[in-house]
Amino acid sequence: MSESPAIEVTALRKRYGDYEAVRGIDISVNRGEVFGLLGPNGAGKTTTVEILEGYRSRSGGEVSVLGLDPADRSIELRRQIGIVLQSGRIYSHVTPREALAHWASFYPHPRAVDEVLDLVGLTASAEVRSRKLSGGQLRRLDFALALVGDPELIFLDEPTTGFDPEARRNAWETIRSLRALGKTVLLTTHYLEEAQVLADRVAIVKDGRVLAIGPPRDLGVGTGADGNRYNVAYRDEDGSLVEQQTDDPTRLLHELTTRALEEGRVLEDLSVARPTLEDVYLELTADA
Amino acid sequence: MPETLVLGWRQYRLERRMFWRNPSAAFFNFVLPLLFLVAGGILLSGSQSDLDRLVPAIAGMSVMSTTFTALAYNIVFLRERGVLKRIRGTPLPTVSYFAGVAANAVTNTALQIAIVILAGKLFFGIGWPLEWLELVVFVVAGVISFAALGVAFAHVIPNFESTAAYVNAVFLPVVFVSFYVFDSPSAPQFLRTIADALPLKPLIEGLYAAMVSGSSLSDNLDSLAVIVIWGIFGLYLAVRGFSWERSSR
Repeated sequence: MSESPAIEVTALRKRYGDYEAVRGIDISVNRGEVFGLLGPNGAGKTTTVEILEGYRSRSGGEVSVLGLDPADRSIELRRQIGIVLQSGRIYSHVTPREALAHWASFYPHPRAVDEVLDLVGLTASAEVRSRKLSGGQLRRLDFALALVGDPELIFLDEPTTGFDPEARRNAWETIRSLRALGKTVLLTTHYLEEAQVLADRVAIVKDGRVLAIGPPRDLGVGTGADGNRYNVAYRDEDGSLVEQQTDDPTRLLHELTTRALEEGRVLEDLSVARPTLEDVYLELTADA
Repeated sequence: MPETLVLGWRQYRLERRMFWRNPSAAFFNFVLPLLFLVAGGILLSGSQSDLDRLVPAIAGMSVMSTTFTALAYNIVFLRERGVLKRIRGTPLPTVSYFAGVAANAVTNTALQIAIVILAGKLFFGIGWPLEWLELVVFVVAGVISFAALGVAFAHVIPNFESTAAYVNAVFLPVVFVSFYVFDSPSAPQFLRTIADALPLKPLIEGLYAAMVSGSSLSDNLDSLAVIVIWGIFGLYLAVRGFSWERSSR
């Protein structure tokens, strides 16, 4: 199997009347990768994902999902993808087990219903009609329905919006287990922490454009205000905080500590930090 | 192709299960027309010729409520809750999905017509239908037309909360005009013209012919034509305007 990318997007554009929601996005998602689309509301994340899922047509650019064009809406492609929409209910009078058994019948090689119930933690509520399930349980059913066909590629559109911290951690566990199964995941979120914790790579999107792309921990590189990667801070003789940016923290630290030792001082609050994803995100998305 | 059929069958079975689990749907489909039948029967008791006209009229109304009303409700409900969009993202073929949904409506109509015929036979002194083929032809034409019109009408309804208002704004006037003109020879001409142009009164005429008067299908082709024309119109609008998602902008 030659590993062509799971998703390849080139110069994607989407126009609604006068409004251009997506203005030339380029993304390539590798197989087995968890890729995060991060950005504020209205950045064009959902529009982009819905084009990849085959819900919307594109106004321009090239899109390939598992080697197929989602605009064709082929059954072949839909058999290989699982979709968790931002919101969406299921039939009121059907239990999770029944819904999953029904969904499984759409796919050539579905996973066992019990296994999927277990994976998302719905085994105890498997026989409860969905109208009596809690919001969190319904969200887990969303996950389960997207996974029961054993898809190669899973789209998660803001999977934890509105979750309490515990539910969010549970969802993260599920997403990590998908990664462990070798699945490709495309995730949209406006939670920085979520992108940082889950994604192998992140694209920061705003106003329909990609502002930065890369692994969360490397995203600071070359994108900071002056291109420096490290922030070194300490308190000087007067006790005021000094911050210095540098490409070469080893040298700077050596100079600082040598001088401090010679002068018999202690460098209070000495720290070396890389810009966090949050710093990058705030810097990139702050204009307006 | 066989897989498309199998999936349609599975969808049909799921629809049946959901129907029986939803008491209000079962009530409106089966009990309400029977209540009309009983109420009408009490009011008209003593006049066999009136009862002869009541039973086909209720049968016609049943076709409309089990297809037009039920589908408009269901489609709007599923669309607004995002179930349709979710289905759209699966490999379930659209044909299979709608085959299951339509077969569910047809089953309800068939059950309803059977109940009305049985009630007519047992309680209202009406014999078994005289022209079975004609009965089937009119019921099938009515089901297709009203089902298509129901799906098309769902497109006009903006949200689930207003569904009852929209559906009744069509259902009740159509039923009243059609019943009135069908029942009363002295109805004003403009109402007669309206009722003849709408699909319900021609359906009732056809059912009356099949169930009571025994006038043959070839004598009622004009009624059938009106239903079929509405059906073509409805199918065109149902397919063309169909929306899988609630409108966002």
